[in-house]
Amino acid sequence: MSLTRDEVLHIARLARIGLSEDDVAKFQEHLSEILDHFQALQQLDTEDVPPTSHPLPLESVMRPDEARPSLPVEEVLANAPLTEDHAFRVRAVLE
Amino acid sequence: MTAGDALHRLTAHEAGDLLAKREVTSRELTQAVLDRIGEIDGRIGAYLTVTGELALQQAADADERLARGEGGPLTGVPIAIKDNMCARGVRTTCGSRMLENFVPPYDAHVVERLCEAGAVIVGKTNMDEFAMGSSVEHSAFFPTHNPWALDRVPGGSSGGSAAAVAAGEAFAALGSDTGGSIRQPASLCGVVGLKPTYGRVSRYGLVAFGSSLDQIGPLTKDARDAALMMNVIAGHDPRDATSAPLDAPDYTEALVGDLRGVRIGVASEYVPDDLDPAVRGIVEAAAQELEGLGATVEWGVSLPSTSYALACYYIIAPSEASANLARYDGVKYGYAYQDGDGMWDNLEKTRQHGFGDEVKRRIMLGTYALSAGYYDAYYLKALKVRTLIRREFEAAFERYDVLLGLVAPTPAFTIGEKLDDPFEMYLSDVFTLPVNIAGIPGLSLPAGFVATGGGPASGEPAPREERLPVGVQLMARPFDEASLLRVAHAYEQATAWHTQRPAL
Repeated sequence: MSLTRDEVLHIARLARIGLSEDDVAKFQEHLSEILDHFQALQQLDTEDVPPTSHPLPLESVMRPDEARPSLPVEEVLANAPLTEDHAFRVRAVLE
Repeated sequence: MTAGDALHRLTAHEAGDLLAKREVTSRELTQAVLDRIGEIDGRIGAYLTVTGELALQQAADADERLARGEGGPLTGVPIAIKDNMCARGVRTTCGSRMLENFVPPYDAHVVERLCEAGAVIVGKTNMDEFAMGSSVEHSAFFPTHNPWALDRVPGGSSGGSAAAVAAGEAFAALGSDTGGSIRQPASLCGVVGLKPTYGRVSRYGLVAFGSSLDQIGPLTKDARDAALMMNVIAGHDPRDATSAPLDAPDYTEALVGDLRGVRIGVASEYVPDDLDPAVRGIVEAAAQELEGLGATVEWGVSLPSTSYALACYYIIAPSEASANLARYDGVKYGYAYQDGDGMWDNLEKTRQHGFGDEVKRRIMLGTYALSAGYYDAYYLKALKVRTLIRREFEAAFERYDVLLGLVAPTPAFTIGEKLDDPFEMYLSDVFTLPVNIAGIPGLSLPAGFVATGGGPASGEPAPREERLPVGVQLMARPFDEASLLRVAHAYEQATAWHTQRPAL
């Protein structure tokens, strides 16, 4: 199957990845080829097969809800591009 | 043993024995490894960061511990860490521009364990960006060269770790394996690579890629070293909710030297008919050798859904990656584009410039597979096929303790050869992906060489003719890493492939 240019732009938008014009053409070709190979799965009858999302039979691993020491704020913010008053600084969401 | 130029050739357990006998100091060993890195890493490119000063400090601490008669088998032994595991205060890039300047404020569980055991961390190894790739060509910084043939890839994504161990730039290394990223480079570089059972080793502090597939494991010069590394890193960690709440055994107890009573099945789909005869010959010779050691070996074990594993994996892993990599938003850490037209524009440009093509490709694949209208046809279908693949392994392990096959369809390929064809690159993991899908343990064991021109290589290669290592893959039941190590160790007692080192 082949993806249209609009579909590639739609996926990129959902993934929040900016694309150049060259990128659009390149990903259109590569993604289409890879999706073609995925069609092979449709040959398998999986009507009564339950899905496996996880290889271990672990369910809802819980721990006691107890306060524990965490990293100092300065260390947590040390890698942030922009900070202000012990917080991450972001551009305005609503303008 | 005093000749510094030969120290780097030792295995980790040989180095540990010399340290225990006080015939060498950790400072001498560490300096020998740092000298080796200085001498050859310009040609190999195994390391993204060399932590020389820190390593020598850790070595001095280890020497003090050893002088007090304390420490364990890895105390004072120089080890390398793949650059997707956090080490406090040491730049951790994950092979990406996105994390080029990221300095983690905490240690990964495995790093913490290695440091407690007294191991010396010599540096962080090169890798495909976010562990997505099979050749290290997708590193944002530079490629890594195969120590056996410098114009070839080391495999990936843990290719820096595999090359470092093969070239004597570390006595052992940690890698991570989401679809073959420990085993395939181990095969291509001629070292032992173990992907433990999903959940066996804590992933706390490992940069997430495919959360139902990722697992950390060792790359080493032999099976004993892999057992020693597993003794340090395996076991439950409450900080990783997917870590199995099981105690880990002493893996060195599995190294008994014979294979009486071990039932081995050769998996047909992992030794296909159209293989290069030289590569096929290596599997046949290994099977024969294992039989000679007391195992029963049966050919013709079929796992018919194997051919669907590639499509299954390339839906599941990118889907999980698309969710995991949503965190790279230029706000909390990492590269940030600041000059755009508002928040959304900054976000899109951060990800446009911070991620390389392969990462973008996989995020987009996963986004598509999870998107409205396609979820059932792709993601849900793949999860059902995952069940079929897992059931086939379960059925096979009712009759066999260990399954034998190849790790990779070909030996190391030339740098650039598959770079423009993503699907061709994906095919190099065709034998390793099913193991991650099923969550079982797998090990790559050096089992022979082929000449670069094709055909079997003699023990003494003619000058200029390069020979490339080939590994066989051993697979076992969940949490039975011990059987893999037992088989690998017994094989090593009868053969000398694991003692071969590249001429550098």
